[in-house]
Amino acid sequence: MNWKQLSVLFVTFLKMSPVTFGGGYAMIPVIEREVVDKRGWLRAEEVADVFAVAGSVPGAVAVNSAIFIGYRIAGVMGAIAALLGICLPTFCIVIGLTAFYTVAKDNPKIEAAFTAIRATVVALIVYAAIKIGKTAIVDFATGALAVAAVALLFFGSGRIHPAWLIVIGGAAGIIIVKIKERMGKSAKITAQDEQVYDYSI
Amino acid sequence: MLIDMFITFFIIGLVSFGGGYAMIPLIQEEVVNRHQWMDTTALADIVAVAGMSPGSIATNIAVAVGFREGGMLGAVVASIAIFLPSFIIILIIGKAFDRFQHHQLVKSAFYGLRPIVAGMILYAAILFAQNSGMIAKLSWYTWSQILIFAGSLAALLLMRKHPLTVLVLSGLVGIAVYG
Repeated sequence: MNWKQLSVLFVTFLKMSPVTFGGGYAMIPVIEREVVDKRGWLRAEEVADVFAVAGSVPGAVAVNSAIFIGYRIAGVMGAIAALLGICLPTFCIVIGLTAFYTVAKDNPKIEAAFTAIRATVVALIVYAAIKIGKTAIVDFATGALAVAAVALLFFGSGRIHPAWLIVIGGAAGIIIVKIKERMGKSAKITAQDEQVYDYSI
Repeated sequence: MLIDMFITFFIIGLVSFGGGYAMIPLIQEEVVNRHQWMDTTALADIVAVAGMSPGSIATNIAVAVGFREGGMLGAVVASIAIFLPSFIIILIIGKAFDRFQHHQLVKSAFYGLRPIVAGMILYAAILFAQNSGMIAKLSWYTWSQILIFAGSLAALLLMRKHPLTVLVLSGLVGIAVYG
């Protein structure tokens, strides 16, 4: 086991971790600089493939790309090293913030702050919905699916586990496209250019 | 409890297509409704804390929930659980993916998945809006909440401010308004 290579992998991704503040895709320039230019572990064209995979399997783009690159370079141990590198700083920061919140939350000023912050969280979520809505809702079928999802969540709360919606969505997509093909129409299944630089999705 | 936590976040990690905020309905269902580890308000606060930190929001929420309910060990278990599905899937199909991602079936599935994800995120917004008292009989409080919401959205959408900036500013506004 090449410990030196693994530790270099670990440190490389450790340094990239703060960049994920801008969302996983914000890693792209940093990866190009560190992984392609500086260390020559990947070719520039391969970076696009990495992010295509990372965005298509479940999980966060940043973590997935770290796993993928680590795996390509040094197998399973490489994947683990890269994963640890990219996650450790954010892990510590979240723990720190959560601990702080736990002790501070009874402070009246903190309580007041969070009362406003809860409204902002709704805005954050709405913003995320708008961003994905733009690429997601491209025709009547997709619009209907989105509305159906909200309805199912509302009325199925406690009865239908939301995880099923993902499965239904994938299946529905396949079925709808097949139906459209039969009807001689084509569905817009190629996603419009998704924003490369985003914050949280 | 650790086993429950592992299973919960493994499932979440398994279906987390489309990013973190879409996972909120699932997290709500598991953490608040099923296991009753906390209430919706506490979850909203966790989402806020998770949003202030680098890293993906779903992972941060997992770490925070794990830490809150099970200390360091809980945080580690939740983290491993949420990464594991991605890890396994990437290791298995990673190499084959180039052919996989352009396959008609995969593209069709994502075509259906994306609007579902959009719906889930919208639901999360409604859920937290209701919970924060924003959607209620109009009073000074609901108005202030709506204004803060609108201001935050404008900051994000129109002024392209970073979520951390907006959250911190919002906190300051909160101290001024509600303190």
